[in-house]
Amino acid sequence: MELLNILFVAPFLDMADSPVFFAEVVITGLLTGIMYSLVALGFVLIFKASGVFNFAQGAMVLFAALTLVGLMERGVPIPLALVGTVLVMIALAMLIERMMLRHLVNQEGIILFMATIGLNFLLEGAGQIAWGSNVKVLDIGIPDQSFEVYGILLNQFDLFAAGTGAVLVTTLAVFFQKTTIGRALRAVADDHQAALSVGIPLKTIWVIVWSVSGIVALVAGIMWGAKSGVQFSLSLIALKALPVLILGGFTSVPGAIIGGLIIGVGEKIAEIYWGPAFGGAIEGWFAYMLALAFLMFRPQGLFGEKIIERV
Amino acid sequence: MFYRETGQFKTNYQKDQQVFPIAQDRVFVALLLIVAFGVVPFVANEYWLQAILIPFLIFSLAAVGLNLLTGYAGQVSLGTGAFMAVGAYATYKITTNIPEINIIIVFLLSGGIAALVGILFGLPSLRIKGFYLAVATLAAQFFILWLFNKVGWFYNDNPSGTITAPPRTLFGIMISGPRATAEVRYFVALIFLVGFTIVAKNIVRGRIGRSWMAIRDMDIAAEIIGIEPLKTKLMAFAVSSFYCGVAGALSVFVWLGSAETEAFDIFLSFQILFMIIIGGLGSIMGSIVGAAFITLVPIFLTNAPALFGLPISTDLSKHIEEIVFGGLIVYLLIVEPHGFARLWQIGKEKLRQWPFPY
Repeated sequence: MELLNILFVAPFLDMADSPVFFAEVVITGLLTGIMYSLVALGFVLIFKASGVFNFAQGAMVLFAALTLVGLMERGVPIPLALVGTVLVMIALAMLIERMMLRHLVNQEGIILFMATIGLNFLLEGAGQIAWGSNVKVLDIGIPDQSFEVYGILLNQFDLFAAGTGAVLVTTLAVFFQKTTIGRALRAVADDHQAALSVGIPLKTIWVIVWSVSGIVALVAGIMWGAKSGVQFSLSLIALKALPVLILGGFTSVPGAIIGGLIIGVGEKIAEIYWGPAFGGAIEGWFAYMLALAFLMFRPQGLFGEKIIERV
Repeated sequence: MFYRETGQFKTNYQKDQQVFPIAQDRVFVALLLIVAFGVVPFVANEYWLQAILIPFLIFSLAAVGLNLLTGYAGQVSLGTGAFMAVGAYATYKITTNIPEINIIIVFLLSGGIAALVGILFGLPSLRIKGFYLAVATLAAQFFILWLFNKVGWFYNDNPSGTITAPPRTLFGIMISGPRATAEVRYFVALIFLVGFTIVAKNIVRGRIGRSWMAIRDMDIAAEIIGIEPLKTKLMAFAVSSFYCGVAGALSVFVWLGSAETEAFDIFLSFQILFMIIIGGLGSIMGSIVGAAFITLVPIFLTNAPALFGLPISTDLSKHIEEIVFGGLIVYLLIVEPHGFARLWQIGKEKLRQWPFPY
């Protein structure tokens, strides 16, 4: 009875008790969710265009953030450092295509997945050798102050992150829908062979996709890095993005966004209202369980392409 | 010249169906076993046994288990570490509460408990496939470790939060705990590995293994020819988790001596997945070779700078180790995506025609 009360009654009473606090929790959750989406977005882009489940996305976030901080520490002004980092990420994409993907065309998904885990180790090691492995502070001049709207406490930095996320997604959507390259990308995602036969250069497309997701990784790296410092643990947010990914569907950009929001809000609510009942620190697995529950009803994620199986 | 099956006639079905149909293979395996049982423990020193050979044997067992699930039944799992943790904690719990039970039986019981947990977390595989399933198995990984960390009951409310192997004997010989010698622990791990490998080899070439492979190749088609996906997939999860559970129990009781949940984190799962991919999916021998490779390479890389007399700080050498390890894996996957098992197969073909290829 006690247990039932803790699990099914008390949390809802708490919520009804202070709606302002509940709203705050939801908003914090939404804002964290956007940060998750930023990381998940990089995964989706690469999976859509090349069918590679890129586990190294987390390492790319770390690598990009480290490069940016490293350049800034050497006295490069912020705009130049940003441009420099983008160039580094593009060079990295070219290198990955040239050295790795080109040789692994037509392999099974799991082989490609394992190769990206190898890449993950490589990038983590290389990034930390090049720029050092101590915790770095990333300050790009975003104000980090809290203010109140209708009694709800909001953080300026989180709002800025949300705005950046929105701009990024809109840009990507336009890029995918309206430009020639975007069309080519969608064609490749649809059918490799058909795309090749109408003259779309597969290798160039892969470089572009990996560059774009490198830039997305940079944005995610800036946001996470400015929040919690640039350090090794940054590459572990890939593990946070995975449930977002399966919840939203591997192939859907909107899925990554909505999935991120659901996971962000769900996680915060669960931690605050149900966490004490479980003894706390449930953030590590709650997202996975939530995603699993969703998958039971939609095995391809919320917005994933319907899986049609034929014999 | 030497590796040729010419003249080896099979006169009855039993001979035709044996595990190693070629006489040279049988000799090779027999020699390998003789070396493993009769030479290695008397030649190797304490460091070699403790740091290299025992972990290699235990990881091989886990890799064989994962290969049954991923290589034969086609279900990718990233929860290996958690299933190993279940085995380890179950053994600890049983043997500290009921010390009378023989430790070997406790290992097997814990394997059974790990199998039950495996079935539970294998249930989603009926609906979820491919990478969605792989990520879903991460739920098991994080949830189980969190549970073992949070609930004191699992580690007997030990204030340090670790589980420690108590001294246990078998036929009067100390096989676990701080006073057990490395040689004895090596033998325990080796006997477990050999026994379970023989079982695995026979499972995969029998009816069960064939139904796993049918499910792996196309589960809808398999269902149509009368293989029940529910039973087959859950069986694969159960057997695989059993192996992993026993390996986990061994890793605490005959190797590490004491462990926290961190010893079974997600990187262990990745490591074991690496072993079967590098070794070869769907190959028992490949799992063992892969385990040898993944266990040995980091040890070699850690010792390499000192070996060549290079003065490198530990921090830098750790990163270089990461780079080399990652690069090596990518390189191996590019050169031979099907792992050492395929290389071995190609080598055998070459050997058969040597020295006169036509």
